Amino acid sequence: MSHDHSTNGLPTVTLDPRLGPAAAAVDPLSDDAKARVRTLGAEVIARYPRARSAIMPLLYLVQAEQGYVSPSGITLVAELLNLTTAEVAAVSTFYTMYKRRTCGDYHVGVCTNTLCAILGGDAIFAALKEHLGVGNNGTTPDDKVTLEHIECNAACDYAPVVMVNWEFFDNQTIESAKELVDKLRSGELPMPTRGAPLVTHVETSRVLAGFTDGLVNEGPSAGAESLAGLDLAKERHESAPTPGPRS
Amino acid sequence: MTFTLTPVLTANWGTPESWTLDAYRRTGGYGALGDALKMPPDALIQLVKDSGLRGRGGAGFPTGMKWGFIPQGDGKPHYLVVNADESEPGTCKDIPLMMASPHTLLEGLLISAYAIRANRAFIYVRGEVLHVVRRLLNAVDEAKAAGLIGSNVLGSGFDIEVVVHIGAGAYICGEETALLESLEGFRGQPRLRPPFPAIEGLYACPTVINNVETISSVPAIVRGGAAWFKSMGTEKSPGFKIFSLSGHVARPGQYEAPLGITLRELLDATGGMRAGHELKFWTPGGSSTPLFTAEHLDVPLDFEGPPAHGSMLGTTALQLFDETTCVVRAVLRWSEFYAHESCGKCTPCREGVFWYVQILQRLERGEGDEQDLDTLLDVSENILGRAFCALGDGATSPVTSSIQYFRDEYLAHFDGRGCPFDPVASTVFAGADA
Repeated sequence: MSHDHSTNGLPTVTLDPRLGPAAAAVDPLSDDAKARVRTLGAEVIARYPRARSAIMPLLYLVQAEQGYVSPSGITLVAELLNLTTAEVAAVSTFYTMYKRRTCGDYHVGVCTNTLCAILGGDAIFAALKEHLGVGNNGTTPDDKVTLEHIECNAACDYAPVVMVNWEFFDNQTIESAKELVDKLRSGELPMPTRGAPLVTHVETSRVLAGFTDGLVNEGPSAGAESLAGLDLAKERHESAPTPGPRS
Repeated sequence: MTFTLTPVLTANWGTPESWTLDAYRRTGGYGALGDALKMPPDALIQLVKDSGLRGRGGAGFPTGMKWGFIPQGDGKPHYLVVNADESEPGTCKDIPLMMASPHTLLEGLLISAYAIRANRAFIYVRGEVLHVVRRLLNAVDEAKAAGLIGSNVLGSGFDIEVVVHIGAGAYICGEETALLESLEGFRGQPRLRPPFPAIEGLYACPTVINNVETISSVPAIVRGGAAWFKSMGTEKSPGFKIFSLSGHVARPGQYEAPLGITLRELLDATGGMRAGHELKFWTPGGSSTPLFTAEHLDVPLDFEGPPAHGSMLGTTALQLFDETTCVVRAVLRWSEFYAHESCGKCTPCREGVFWYVQILQRLERGEGDEQDLDTLLDVSENILGRAFCALGDGATSPVTSSIQYFRDEYLAHFDGRGCPFDPVASTVFAGADA
């Protein structure tokens, strides 16, 4: 898997985790952070019949401490699972959602898979790169926004789609997307089209480790496009046949 | 010819707080679980066999038969794994289902786990959908608190634990054996088969892996019965299905209808293409299914229809593109997707999709020639059927089908001028202030 890691001029803060525990000294997790990961990590490991299955949520837990999976985060996960750092790094580098460098408070993902790209995603991504002055995977100097082009996010009926910390911003235009990132940088957080009020990228990672954050009842059941078929069925007075009495 | 919309899975998506246990119960939720737990597990497997339900994740394998492959009385733990890693480009049905009604999936999961005698089930959901993750986690918590998950469910003696496992952005994990690798804590790379997951799946134990929509259809089958289910759809493809309509259409969205409808019928009912434009090409079931054109509007969308015309039903992800769209650009972008998502395990896929991108980029810039088309087809032959899993096969679909139907458009790129299309014209905000 190839990934574009063009930088935006910021100094690189991570060493290649494959360098092993020595690299962990560069960007250490604090003792408090380690204690939190150990406590929640025990809960995570207990979910599974075999401990190694917990590696993905554990990687989210360390990402929730530093905003990315650092060499010291990898070392901690290896320790918790009794694996080598190479084994953990092999997994963490396979998946794009584990960040290898610090990420801004708001990860902005512009879908540029074919359908969104053609319906406007390419134009939106190009406009945001210029507007923010960053490349793919680049972070604004205020550490607020990290821009990335993403693959299909299962919302094609709402194309073009932009995700902010993996919440849906549907039916975007160039102007709406620029306004969105401007607001993110100013701290005025827009509501996702379908989802809860935005939390930071770090807080997002904790939910993705499987820990609820009390926001489940925010946002709608579904957007208009999701309900289009249901609405049409009502217009046409159609429904599935009524089941008869079961024999 | 006409068709009737049949909302079953989507029926409660518009009800207030539809994601909560209370709301789900108000629409009859978990009634089927109570009924199912009074039946012997084998009777449930037979019911699903009789219904003719086929897998909704793309392959269309008969669900009851898959369940029947699980050895019984073998003394090993059995596992049920729900594939909620919906990532096939164009596919957008499972994510809204889990956002609006996670309990539909959970009720189906509990019935299915009971049927195959599994006491542990996993929902492997893609990570890029934060609010869907919240809704799933909450549904599991609610079900636990209500005694629907845990030991001795509803006094039946059935014990079940459910874990929501959250992915981290790898399309390949939708491939069932790669999903199992990922769930076991490894890189998501597919396994050699045999052994099949039904014999040696998760932790080398018998495992059923089903798509979200498949599992979610089970409570309705328990409620309505096999005959009711078969009263919809076609003989070999019974039942209802969520058709995901997207692209240059007047009314994109999720439409639940019997299998066997045609795109023409669906377009007639939904206002057709966007005003002033006409259909150029479309995918019947995601980017891994060979492209169709306007000449395929009357192909029945069931598991038999598209294969009879060189494609597949896939995930019924109907992505429609009009005449403003450059097919070379579309295929290049899909190829870039496959190159990004190829896990690198096998050579035909890893190298083949890489070369697709190199060649298609050149073509789109106007630097190619007709011989490149032969090279693309040659590379395709070396991937199709030779890759480790279906990702490689799927990657060949847009390439070979686009050359089949749009050879002239490729040729139009070869006079040194590059792409003859205006990308602005194909955006949704073409002509608007954007």
